[in-house]
Amino acid sequence: MELGIYSFGELIKGKEPGSARSIHERFDQILELAKIADAGGLDAISLGEHHRPDFSMSAPEVMLAAIASVTTKLRLMSGVTVLSSQDPVRVFQQFATLDHVSNGRAEIIAGRGAFTESFPLFGYDLHDYDELFDEKLKLLVQIRDQEQITWSGRFRSPLNDVIISPRPLQEKLPIWVGIGGTPASAVRAGLLGLPMIMGFFAGPEQFVSRVALYHRAAEQAGHPRESLRLAVSGHMYIGKTSQAARDEFYPYYSRYFQEGGAPFAANGFPRDAYDAWIAQGLPVGSPQQVIDAIMRRVELLGIDRFMGQIDVGNLPWHMTMESLELYMTEVAPVVKKETEGAKAPIAL
Amino acid sequence: MTTVGILGAGKVGTVLARLTIAAGYRTLISASGDPSAIELIVDVLAPGATAMTSVDVAANADLVILALPLGKYRTLPVTELAGKIVIDATNYWTPTDGHIEQFETDLDSSSVVAAFLPESRVVKAFNHLGYHELDEDGRPQGAPDRHAMAIAGDDAEAVRVVAEFVESLGFDAVIAGPLAAGIHFGPGSSLFGVSTTRNEVENLLKQNVDGGNIAVI
Repeated sequence: MELGIYSFGELIKGKEPGSARSIHERFDQILELAKIADAGGLDAISLGEHHRPDFSMSAPEVMLAAIASVTTKLRLMSGVTVLSSQDPVRVFQQFATLDHVSNGRAEIIAGRGAFTESFPLFGYDLHDYDELFDEKLKLLVQIRDQEQITWSGRFRSPLNDVIISPRPLQEKLPIWVGIGGTPASAVRAGLLGLPMIMGFFAGPEQFVSRVALYHRAAEQAGHPRESLRLAVSGHMYIGKTSQAARDEFYPYYSRYFQEGGAPFAANGFPRDAYDAWIAQGLPVGSPQQVIDAIMRRVELLGIDRFMGQIDVGNLPWHMTMESLELYMTEVAPVVKKETEGAKAPIAL
Repeated sequence: MTTVGILGAGKVGTVLARLTIAAGYRTLISASGDPSAIELIVDVLAPGATAMTSVDVAANADLVILALPLGKYRTLPVTELAGKIVIDATNYWTPTDGHIEQFETDLDSSSVVAAFLPESRVVKAFNHLGYHELDEDGRPQGAPDRHAMAIAGDDAEAVRVVAEFVESLGFDAVIAGPLAAGIHFGPGSSLFGVSTTRNEVENLLKQNVDGGNIAVI
């Protein structure tokens, strides 16, 4: 079982002492988080791409390259790369380069994205939302699997017998499909035989059927079960005690929903909805509660990597640090021990 | 037996299909393209439902639910939906739809849909609960922890039929008023994203109607 962290570098109005006030400061924080996670034995970090002023991270591959230079073991993932509005050739070149500067630690999570700003920004039509992703994902996989490529499609100029360079250091650059629950996305990942990472917040039950769909689609396309891999990502906050963790995290979490992206509701994220999410399995609470929440994901979904969003809502730095510390020292060792003997995560 | 048609086989559409099958309705479902593309999805998520084209679903159902992104409303089969009760479960939600000028200025998205379907009897329902809640919060009639959902429509008979339909799927129906009252439980209202009991739904609705408590998103 592998455990990691992720961040979007969101810059929600941090008025409290300790919340980052500028993008520059936020980037420093993320470099620091990566160093601590690497030294503390975590397995992976992932940085998600957004194109709006309240999220600082529009070019995660550049940040991942900086992280590569100050870490030695962490797997370096995008999360997600909004592939629909990027050129798969360029994405591959960037991650192949990252793979070299990190000594073979690069991984791509390709997704349709939860926001839509990148479409007008890069000249794409949102009406082609799904077709864009489908075509570009297939091209990205083809580039990964074939050194010399001939390709033509609807959204990009044809490629005629060209070599996309550099080739990565790893024999096969991992390409995950990130899904948020859309059934057709699980089918797509399965048909292509790609590893799938599921992003959700509260309970894992809704995703049991997504895993079934993924397996059925993979089987239909002839991909053996042992070549497949599943992971989960989601919000997380760990405090020393259950009640204190819950109370101290709530204002930031509520603000994240209110100000980060689309408002949840006029009155913010209601406290009883928050408490209900925790009861359903949102990993917020004491180390033991978070261990239980992660283990339920392992048992119900068969995942072997969990990624926790470590700094949701531009938390004050001391809170992020405490949560990360508890994750490394109290949660990760127990989860790893409890999953010992399970099949080791396959190299992708 | 009532036949329910669901346009959309995404998160909401597949949950609704599962609920309608469990409640004993003959259920038809479509995505935007060829029905064969969703056969696996239907088989795993809503076994018992029949995948068809949107035109066939609309033509063969007594009651049709719109469970597709609002931004695609112009692709609806207007002719086949004529004369039918159409439940609008869509919302203007920029993370999915992007920014659509029309819905930035006109918050009452269901009336825009209704104007596109002039011969249909449009009722707004199933839109303020998330798909998780729709899937998990249904309870038998009379259960103390049964949740409620707000519905709104201009055609009194259609509203009555939809209220009964909602009740049959495990939720109390709270009638908010004419179709335009849908803004009181749409995005930006205090009821949006909230799954709760009848009393609480009624309270929140009343506050919203009285106070004009609608945030512009």
